[in-house]
Amino acid sequence: MRRALPGPGVFSLAPGRAVGAALALLALAAPFLFYPVFVMKALCFGLFACAFNLLMGYVGLVSFGHAAFFGWASYTTAYSVKYFALGPIAGILAGTAVAAAMGVVFGWLAIRRHGIYFAMVTLALAQMVYFVALEVKATGGEDGIQAVPRGTLFGFIDLDNPYAMYYFVLAIFLVGFAIIQRTIHSPFGQVLKAIRENEPRAVSLGYRTERYKLLAFILSATLSGLAGSTKSLVFQLASLTDVHWATSGDVVLMTLLGGIGTVLGPVIGAAILVSMENYLAELGSWVTVIQGVIFVVFVLVFRRGFVGEIEVWFRRRKQSTAARSPVSSASAARGPSPG
Amino acid sequence: MRFAGLVATIGLAATAAWSGTAAAQMSGKPIKIGVLSDMSSLYADIGGSGSVLAAQMAVKDMGGSVAGVPVQVVSADHQNKPDTGVAIVRRWIDQEGVDAVVDVPTSSVALAVQQVMKEKQKVFLISGAAASDLTGKACSPTGVHWTYDTYALAHGTGGALVKQGGDTWFFITADYAFGHALQRDTADVVTKAGGKVLGSVDVPLNNADFSSFLLQAQQSKAKIIGLANAGGDTINSIKQAAEFGIVSGGQRLAGLLVFISDVNSLGLKAAQGLVLTSAFYWDQNDATRAWSKRFTEQTHKPPTMVQAGVYGAVSHYLKAIAAAKTDDGPKVVAEMRKLPINDFMTKNGKLREDGRVMRDMYLFQVKSPAESKYQFDYFKQLATIPAEQAFRPLSESECPLVKKG
Amino acid sequence: MFGAWHIAIPPLPALMAQLLIGLINGAFYAMLSLGLAVIFGMLNIINFTHGAQYMLGAFCAFLLLNQLGIGYWWALAVAPILVGAFGMGLERLFIRHLYHLDHLYGLLLTFGLGLIIEGLFRQEWGSAGLPYSIPDALTGAHNLGFMFLPNYRAWVIVASLAMCIGTWFVIERTRLGSYLRAATENPTLVQAMGINVPRMITLTYGFGVALAALAGVMAAPIYQVSPLMGSNIIIVVFAVVVIGGMGSIVGSIVSGFVLGLIEGLTKVFYPEASATAIFVIMAIVLLVKPAGFFGRAV
Repeated sequence: MRRALPGPGVFSLAPGRAVGAALALLALAAPFLFYPVFVMKALCFGLFACAFNLLMGYVGLVSFGHAAFFGWASYTTAYSVKYFALGPIAGILAGTAVAAAMGVVFGWLAIRRHGIYFAMVTLALAQMVYFVALEVKATGGEDGIQAVPRGTLFGFIDLDNPYAMYYFVLAIFLVGFAIIQRTIHSPFGQVLKAIRENEPRAVSLGYRTERYKLLAFILSATLSGLAGSTKSLVFQLASLTDVHWATSGDVVLMTLLGGIGTVLGPVIGAAILVSMENYLAELGSWVTVIQGVIFVVFVLVFRRGFVGEIEVWFRRRKQSTAARSPVSSASAARGPSPG
Repeated sequence: MRFAGLVATIGLAATAAWSGTAAAQMSGKPIKIGVLSDMSSLYADIGGSGSVLAAQMAVKDMGGSVAGVPVQVVSADHQNKPDTGVAIVRRWIDQEGVDAVVDVPTSSVALAVQQVMKEKQKVFLISGAAASDLTGKACSPTGVHWTYDTYALAHGTGGALVKQGGDTWFFITADYAFGHALQRDTADVVTKAGGKVLGSVDVPLNNADFSSFLLQAQQSKAKIIGLANAGGDTINSIKQAAEFGIVSGGQRLAGLLVFISDVNSLGLKAAQGLVLTSAFYWDQNDATRAWSKRFTEQTHKPPTMVQAGVYGAVSHYLKAIAAAKTDDGPKVVAEMRKLPINDFMTKNGKLREDGRVMRDMYLFQVKSPAESKYQFDYFKQLATIPAEQAFRPLSESECPLVKKG
Repeated sequence: MFGAWHIAIPPLPALMAQLLIGLINGAFYAMLSLGLAVIFGMLNIINFTHGAQYMLGAFCAFLLLNQLGIGYWWALAVAPILVGAFGMGLERLFIRHLYHLDHLYGLLLTFGLGLIIEGLFRQEWGSAGLPYSIPDALTGAHNLGFMFLPNYRAWVIVASLAMCIGTWFVIERTRLGSYLRAATENPTLVQAMGINVPRMITLTYGFGVALAALAGVMAAPIYQVSPLMGSNIIIVVFAVVVIGGMGSIVGSIVSGFVLGLIEGLTKVFYPEASATAIFVIMAIVLLVKPAGFFGRAV
């Protein structure tokens, strides 16, 4: 019997108060410590990865086509802000709504399948979206939609000011993150975990698992769209890169790196990957090699990802060598631990 | 660090205001030139590290400093993605004090970067990109389109071939904006000269196999098969055309955007007879030979017009700073317009108000293996296309900066 | 909004020519998907390194010629052996640790390995292509009436058909093949019968990789030898394997050729979509019959 992906299990426990406070402080001070555009990029991709993780870590479905939602929302927002003169919030809502609609259609088609077949369906659908993006005049082909105006928030906050834009993006990130948290800790989230652990059992208990999976898919797609919409305003550009399968691959890497099924893992993974691309840009092809090495190392050795491994390490330190520890009892319930 | 920079700039600005003379003022910081190119992918041989070398040579030949401040060269890889290019340029300007960006092959990236440079009022010296929109709809007061553009390529190659009797054309076009622009501009030239376009086919980018499209071109019986693509796509098309005996069957291939690096890659056996338009060839005269020798000593490859253009653009930029004694973007570009352009590559060139550098273009044909006598002896020059014919006249320009009389 | 639809049907000779071209491309798809199908069918590993291994085969041929003066015909034998051996090393070192885990891990690992290989080669050789000429014996073309068929392309069809049929025969009809198939179904039992199952698995992986490398050698004279050649083709090949049925040898061969034909037709009627047509078909197949045309039930 094949070992399943690592599930929430112990890792769904939220980080301690201290860590939370430290992160909040960091988030507030970030634009003064780092280049604002860089941190905004990290937040957008962090939200994207969290949305993806909702599907991969909590439902156990790996999609290779999430760039379709991210990118198409990016195009929608860029187009509506530039050509229909929508304000930033309206533009982002438009993009997110489009991503949600796509989520409904793609989800309905893809959910019928499992495992690798599910992944392949999402890839195929995303490739078709890429093709449409390439051919349709409105998206500007490989030029993309450029010079997207950021606009003003509530009529008086000028988003061209990098600090104002940063806090706006931070607010959006927190909203998305909060939605994911509420979902995970709700009864709905519990059912998702149950489906992940043992779908036939959930079915036998009377849950219509297809419906739950579809809802999770739509939510994941919607929040990915939110991330993409925001990103188009940050960079003032929507391009083919956003819908390319390499972006779908990037988000898988971020989640794997950070920790599948962890709360903060995807954000950390996104931050690491964005930093790498930023600071190592001069290295050219070495970045590809490093990404490959990360894949290999994190699949073979650190399968729980950064955050997952840290959490486990902390628990092992806290506990005595006695057998009755939350880790072993939780994993005993699931079976022998991975890796 | 950024805060300190902010204080310094405010301080300097205050000093500048104090001193009274509004115009000529160096900011006191070193002049930083950012070479943004494709370092690792399709166009790496056309620009890439060769462009960085060319920029460094230009700085060195100016003595490493200008108007009392040192000049530095930095570089980065935009990977042919507008996002990446824009991110790098923003970071360069906001955080690293870069004054000018050079090269940028790949029109989609150049168009995106042009927006940023316009906003930040920094100088953009374009050598690698081809889109004629850079001096058209998307023109900018600080944009300098130095080397070539799609209009020149279309008029050069297209015009010359029609004159030689190539009056029926079939296009194999890369299915993206650049490919379409190239096809459109060349088709215009062909039809205006009395020729006919028999058909065309759009090919997805990064397509490896052109046999199906070449076959369609063969079946159209057009005298000229126009390749509206670049880089690896062009090389593949030419290589496979040879396989299917297209040229020996009587049709001719017109590479609408071919660089000497492509010919180097293909070899003369496959590329012979190809007609192309270029702004530069290493073996044209003593001056070009002297410069190219210095270049090839380091790279072991012949310089492309893009790389030679980077040298020329950087030199002219630095000369303008020295003459105007300021590093303020728009003022330097104004000075660049005043000074005539003379270097090993350009004779009496001029920078026009839409940002287009007016220069002569040249029509070349690739030699056969028998005709080639020494290393890199690839081209024979067929004609010179004077600047006024090569580039879009101001009367047809869509650039808002051009005042129509 | 979309590119021009060429509704007019070309004359029959022209159409036949396009179909033949499609068949030749199909030959490459068949060879590559064959290797993938063997690896998935026998090892249950989704080998995303396949594209990079194909590229290694082409580079091997290039380097053999340029550094050692070893020509095409020797390269056809030497390159697959070298790259196959490398593949066996990868299996030993990395891949075998994942057999007990979800398919996804094998996919991510092999994807990562592919990135490393491609990145290293790109760092060294850049992304522009390198030239490799058609061997002298196969230059020239034959006039078939409706088109000139280059001799080399004719050779590609013949060689790949031979390869495909040969592989199918070995796996389905020989004793060695039956051991392999048994080992996949019930490794413990087969091991108990004294057959070294881990070694068989390693050899099988090596064989699948060798097939990819062989396809690479055959591609070198007509496509560009470039570090990017693998990543450009890998997802198409995956689509082919999925359509044919993920573990099925026959499925991948047949769907490789058929999809080459369909792609060829698309290039005539709607060329811009020729890169996407295969994904549309894959989506349809996955939704209607996910096991693919010849595959095992999901």
